Amino acid sequence: MEMVANFISDVSANPLFYLLAFVTIASALCVVTLKNIFHSALCLILTLFSVAGLYILLHAEFLAVAQVLIYVGAVSILLIFAIMLTSQLASRKIVQSNEQVTVAIFVCFLFLLVSIGSLFNTYWNGINAPLPDNNILTIGILLMTDYVLPFEVVSIVMLAALIGAIVLAREERS
Amino acid sequence: MLQYLALAAILFAIGVFGVLTRRNAIGILMSLELMFNAANINLVVFNKYIGPDNLIGQIFALFVVVIAAAEAVVGLAIVLLLYRNWRGIDVDHINIMKW
Repeated sequence: MEMVANFISDVSANPLFYLLAFVTIASALCVVTLKNIFHSALCLILTLFSVAGLYILLHAEFLAVAQVLIYVGAVSILLIFAIMLTSQLASRKIVQSNEQVTVAIFVCFLFLLVSIGSLFNTYWNGINAPLPDNNILTIGILLMTDYVLPFEVVSIVMLAALIGAIVLAREERS
Repeated sequence: MLQYLALAAILFAIGVFGVLTRRNAIGILMSLELMFNAANINLVVFNKYIGPDNLIGQIFALFVVVIAAAEAVVGLAIVLLLYRNWRGIDVDHINIMKW
């Protein structure tokens, strides 16, 4: 009873987080369970948007914008293109899930039990200091000084992925 | 903080469920994106509550987003190639690399 009361007071304390969390989890469940793969791609877009909202709640504004640009703008469009190119598989008649559903539910519940149990039984040595004021400025300075090597390596990885995708998807000429 | 971490754990479990149960390779890629997002939420939360003096967690999350985009590009190219060669992307029937 006390836990429920605590939870209700927590919900009324920060309703925006719980709204976003509810939208995230509901649309994520739609992503993995809907019969029509195109509908689950649309639900994925909703999930990614609400995760961007969570980033804004956590004061990670630049990451939220990057999430909307990269995930919602690029990756989802790519997924929808792939679904449309393989369109006759997206029809309702084909079963989209295999026969491991009950085992998978069991495994996921076990995972959740272990991870959330360890989460609540760990002492987190949190510091209640504010984040740096100017989010974008700090990220830019860090990317150009301390993290310039990973930044360049990531750009090479992107280039390699681009060329790899073109080589893979090209029609073979005989 | 704990509620954010619990949300990330639930999102990750949903992603695991999708990877285990989807037949369609594109569905598996979408579930993978869910798992990437759960990991990113964890990184940003730890950045805010454990080490807020700089933004290393957010930078790491940014790199994860970029790598996830690259992964989606290569994965979807492989899916299209499979579709062209076998007229189907049911992962239960794709076993040419299994001996």
